[in-house]
Amino acid sequence: MSKTILRAKKINKDFAGVQVLFDISISGERGQVHGLIGENGAGKSTLMKIIAGFLQPSSGRILIDNKPVNLKDPAMAKRMGITMIHQELNLVEDLKVYENIFLGKEIKQGMLLNKRNMIHRSKEILKELGEEEIDPLEDVRNLSVAKKQMVEIARAISENSRILIMDEPTSALTDYETEILFKLIKELKQKGVCIFYVSHRLKEVKEICDVVTVLRDGRVIGEYDVSNVSEVELANAMVGREIKNMYPQKPIPKDEVIIEVKNLNVPGLVKDVSFQLKKGEILGFAGLVGAGRTEMAEALVGLRKKASGEIFLNGEHVYINNYEDAKQLGISYLPEDRKQNGLVLDMNIVNNITLISLEKYMKLLIDKKKEMEKAKEYREKFDIRCRDLFQEVRYLSGGNQQKVVLSKCLEVEPQILILDEPTRGIDINTKYQIYQFIANFVKSEKSCIVISSELQEIIGLCNRVLVMREGKIVAELMGKEINEEEIILYATGIKEEVY
Amino acid sequence: MPLESKRRFIDYFKNFNYEKLGSLIALAALFIISGIANPIFFRPLNIMNILRQISYVGTIALGMTFVIISGGIDLSVGSLMALLGGIMIIVINQFGGNVLAILIAMVVGAGLSVVLGFGTGLLITKGKIAPFIATLGTMAIYRSLVLYFANGGEYRSISSIYPKIGGGKIPLGESFFIPTPVIIFFVYAIICHIILDKTRFGRYVYAIGSNESAAIYSAIKVDRVKTMTYMIVGFSVFLTSLMLSSRMNSVSSTSAGLGFELDAIAAVVIGGTSMKGGRGWIWGTVFGAIILGIINNMLNLLNVSPYLQGAVKGLVIIGAVLIQRKRS
Ligand SMILES: Nc1ncnc2c1ncn2[C@@H]1O[C@H](COP(=O)(O)OP(=O)(O)OP(=O)(O)O)[C@@H](O)[C@H]1O
Ligand SMILES: [Mg+2]
Repeated sequence: MSKTILRAKKINKDFAGVQVLFDISISGERGQVHGLIGENGAGKSTLMKIIAGFLQPSSGRILIDNKPVNLKDPAMAKRMGITMIHQELNLVEDLKVYENIFLGKEIKQGMLLNKRNMIHRSKEILKELGEEEIDPLEDVRNLSVAKKQMVEIARAISENSRILIMDEPTSALTDYETEILFKLIKELKQKGVCIFYVSHRLKEVKEICDVVTVLRDGRVIGEYDVSNVSEVELANAMVGREIKNMYPQKPIPKDEVIIEVKNLNVPGLVKDVSFQLKKGEILGFAGLVGAGRTEMAEALVGLRKKASGEIFLNGEHVYINNYEDAKQLGISYLPEDRKQNGLVLDMNIVNNITLISLEKYMKLLIDKKKEMEKAKEYREKFDIRCRDLFQEVRYLSGGNQQKVVLSKCLEVEPQILILDEPTRGIDINTKYQIYQFIANFVKSEKSCIVISSELQEIIGLCNRVLVMREGKIVAELMGKEINEEEIILYATGIKEEVY
Repeated sequence: MPLESKRRFIDYFKNFNYEKLGSLIALAALFIISGIANPIFFRPLNIMNILRQISYVGTIALGMTFVIISGGIDLSVGSLMALLGGIMIIVINQFGGNVLAILIAMVVGAGLSVVLGFGTGLLITKGKIAPFIATLGTMAIYRSLVLYFANGGEYRSISSIYPKIGGGKIPLGESFFIPTPVIIFFVYAIICHIILDKTRFGRYVYAIGSNESAAIYSAIKVDRVKTMTYMIVGFSVFLTSLMLSSRMNSVSSTSAGLGFELDAIAAVVIGGTSMKGGRGWIWGTVFGAIILGIINNMLNLLNVSPYLQGAVKGLVIIGAVLIQRKRS
């Protein structure tokens, strides 16, 4: 029996006449982790969706165990043993964790559902993922994005598939969860599962993949044996040119404090958080998932009820009770979950960008021409790849959607920019542009808070880093102290400091 | 075809998506079929008749479009219409039925409609009651009040000028008139289109209907916008109530406005507005209302039993929704 389990041949795909995949051939072997990288909009998700039966190719063939198959829908693909974890979360928010894990494959006892069994199985799977603390009976709605992602992974694992596709599984995870996921991937490999792994994090690709295929503009640029190729070489292949130093020079903050937060509390989530942010400073918030960073930010900008806490803006006591208040004060927040909170998927790109700042485009009626011009500016600035600006954002690739949310966030013309996972799902090239942008942004006395689970990003970008654990700030790191080990020691609670 | 122009051709239809195109095509087809089936159909008088008949429910449907796009629904429109009509007639009679009396009645009617819409909005946003349930409640309350005040009978106006509003006609040439309701309906449609398509409020209505959470994260005052949609539908009901009660110069407490909510919702849905919220347009609703009107008219001209007309209407609604489904 040959090792090759899946073979896709000469796959073409177009959407309403616009071709996005050109003659793509790719294959997967038993016990192999096959990486897939490429810029935003290169066609990675589209290709994976075709293999998992969510999309049909315009032409081309797919063979499983050397037999041609017609994957006309996801159910068919599932029967062939193919499961996909999508780039965007696909959980039913109103159902419980265990109900989501067993959605569509409920365990029954006669006519009735065997809840006890499903809950028990869910516990086991979650434990395997190091997520004992997720209660299978919790509503998914109440979980953080990272926990949701872990539930998503648990759901996929429980399928016991032969071919498992992961589309940017770690974009919402911190290093800690990523490590657990990698351990699991290695186990699955041992069991002979074939895994396709899509990511923008080349370091991860180097670590976990055996081979990697690079896509550019819908074409295969090459397939590489991971052990023979460096990160830099991969990056260059992806972008088609050389990548310079990723991070810009760190800015020099002023002495004046722009915002001070005192004793911010959100019951059960954020405990007595106090900090200062200086003008021209990039302040990082690091921590494990569930450390309360998002909750802290949301409470700060009025999107979440705070039990107590005082905010001083330029020395003046201000009251922020809803996001409108924050916006008026020049504080803008980029939400962590773009699909849920960042975007109106039914709306086009222009309308999404200006949704938060329509008052700027009002004459008697909305000045649509002005809106359009602004949107064009952002398209240039962040290289948003789209058919045209009237395209509904649901049809954009994940990374390009992120660029739309970022544009929207800047529309407020903030003096304080709070970015929650700003480069989630964004390719190297655009990441570089966004980092440049942040560095330039703070040059003009403005300030930026970066919440990120990508440690490298925090380390490369920030003047100062606050580490949070269990809702509290546990450490403040500056200069040389900002390094991976220090952050992890504090984030996991191995090292403690009285802050 | 060269690639560039081919792409533009495709883009045109992409942006002019077929939930929009669908209702227009259906209308055109229906128009032609009706004309062939019975040539009387094309007579200006018949056309004007259809337009007049649809303008009542149509006007309500215009307001309903806002509510439905924002993700809500209003079942109370029919009984609210009867209630407003009844109250306006009471006021007219109180003040002697002259022009001033009518003006006062209109102010009372308009004011009340907006206030009641505001109340419904509060029930839904602050009271957190599902729109379906909240308006099911107000629907029962309004109808009961109408019946109570008239003791189950009729409200009859003593005014001789009041009927001129709803029964009025604007002459166009020798033997051709446009009934005032038709004018009110189309002018109101244009205003509604502008509000929905070209104002901040309109944009927010779409955003909320499509993703309420994202609307909150965009600093939109969701509760206020939602409440305003119910005020708009309230005002639309007032317009219809004015047109109908003045035309008849009376309001029947038992039958006035009966089933209007269903017809209005049907017009909105046939016009391609999604019941899930977030998608829709005013002209679709206008087309939807005309489609319903033509179907009624044609069935009458073809002597189809009135008992069967509901079945045809039902089929059209189901067909319209099926087409929408297909798209997504
Ligand atoms: N349903 C659709 N309709 C029209 N165009 C689409 C659709 N889905 C994807 N596209 C287009 O196909 C191209 C490839 O998208 P895809 O999502 O596969 O990119 P990706 O490589 O996964 O990017 P990212 O890294 O941003 O996730 C993009 O230009 C996108 O706009
Ligand atoms: Mg993708």
